[in-house]
Amino acid sequence: MSLPESVTRAPPAGSRRPASVVLSSWLERHAQTFVASLGKLARQPFATLLTLGVIGLGLALPACLHLVVLNATTVTAGVGDTVQLSAYLRLPMSAEQARKVRQVIDARDDVQSARLVTPEEGLREFESMSGFGDALKALEGNPLPYAVMIRPAPLVDTPEAVDALAEELRGLPGVELVQVDTEWVRRLEAILEALRQVVLLAAILLGAGVVVIVGNTIRLDINSRREEIEVIKLVGGSNAFVRRPFLYSGVWYGLGGGLVAWLIVTSAVGLLAGPIERVAALYASAFRLQGLDYAASLVLVVGGGVLGWVGSWVTASYHLRRIEPRA
Amino acid sequence: MISFQRVYKRYPNGREALAEISFDLASGEMAFLTGHSGAGKSTVLKLIALLERPTRGQVTVNGQNTATVKSGGIPAFRRQVGVVFQDHKLLADRPVHDNVALPLVIAGAPRRELDRRVRAALDQVGLLGKETSFPMELSAGEQQRVGIARAVITKPPVLIADEPTGNLDPDLALEVMNVFKRLNDVGVTVMVATHDVHLIDRFRVRRIHIEHGQLAGLPPDVAA
Repeated sequence: MSLPESVTRAPPAGSRRPASVVLSSWLERHAQTFVASLGKLARQPFATLLTLGVIGLGLALPACLHLVVLNATTVTAGVGDTVQLSAYLRLPMSAEQARKVRQVIDARDDVQSARLVTPEEGLREFESMSGFGDALKALEGNPLPYAVMIRPAPLVDTPEAVDALAEELRGLPGVELVQVDTEWVRRLEAILEALRQVVLLAAILLGAGVVVIVGNTIRLDINSRREEIEVIKLVGGSNAFVRRPFLYSGVWYGLGGGLVAWLIVTSAVGLLAGPIERVAALYASAFRLQGLDYAASLVLVVGGGVLGWVGSWVTASYHLRRIEPRA
Repeated sequence: MISFQRVYKRYPNGREALAEISFDLASGEMAFLTGHSGAGKSTVLKLIALLERPTRGQVTVNGQNTATVKSGGIPAFRRQVGVVFQDHKLLADRPVHDNVALPLVIAGAPRRELDRRVRAALDQVGLLGKETSFPMELSAGEQQRVGIARAVITKPPVLIADEPTGNLDPDLALEVMNVFKRLNDVGVTVMVATHDVHLIDRFRVRRIHIEHGQLAGLPPDVAA
């Protein structure tokens, strides 16, 4: 319906200028609008801060959820460190045979360490657990087999790899039973996968929210400047020309909102880092709470700017076309 | 420069503003568009500035048939037509300089050029030195002349004005009308709609008289 921008922006006949002049004046106008739109926001600090706050909160929520998932993923990473396999050997078995089986297991590349537990040691461990002591005294002999406690090598870092290792250990001669508990890791991973979907959904919904907030703010701005817009159109301003300052305002709102969100998230991480590290220390873990890295910060702020641009573009395009001068 | 060929205009509310009107205004010519309120003067000007489109017939401005101008081309088209309004339509929150410079900024003129041409335009209307004043600080006649400076700063070939002296006392009105005459003297095609017969009697300028949407002979009191 409308002609390309180049037509609407063309200078009037008889005022042809060299391309370099056109470009520099174009840049100049953008620079002017850039500064002017920022000044306009600064002149209404309260209204601007409210808008930035709403956008910032909207963007901070998905960013926080992202960090929750990210940190939880770090906890489950390196499953090999936390998982232990127990291989129970066949009965009857001599101490010599048991040591050989341990050696075979220990020699594997995918095993970091293998410790032999004699039936006597096993019995003592059981006895030390409350409630078992009396029951064990009722037994005549020691019913326990030799056992090998295995720590997987660091390269075995997924539940699948741990399961595969367990399966191979089961096939070794002299091994009766291999126990491994990867179930909790699998459950956690499934929960995290679901949470990732929640993060994505929240990001989409709240991103759309930012578009709507910026759009509505720009709409109010357009209404309050209706007269000015009519005059500009009367003297030959194209829709693109009229729209430009509103686009800049939208980008400022988005960038500012992204910055507010970044501040919220970073402060939250700062507040929580101490307590969480104390909890981790109690579990003898070196876990450190991860904040937003450079890339994520950039995505948050620039993403805010892009959403602001989209919101203002949609609104300004829609409303400005409906404002026609009346003489 | 301006040509109306059997132009008929009916507004969406059913009011017939113009009935098959035809006239030509040559390049460099000046004309007063006269008639009672509601005779169709404003409609003629709106059709020239493409604020309205004819229901039937053909309006040609500066060699361009307005029917061929699509909505996206209207801004570029309007830059060839300077328009002056009765209520001058200045932006109250900007100084005179920015008001006058607006059409140039829209056309993408470099900043260096702005100041020089704003001064030249203000000089033409006798307001040099008022660049930093705000419209509210000026008299009604001065405000109207700022409006004229804004209309001519891009040097449009056509200048149209709708009752530009309607709110002015006789002395200021004469002053403003003299500005139009001077612009015409330097080659601008000018059309001024007015019902101030006493004022236009003082100028030897062609008159286009409209009654009930049709061209009419001059009424006896004007023909004298």
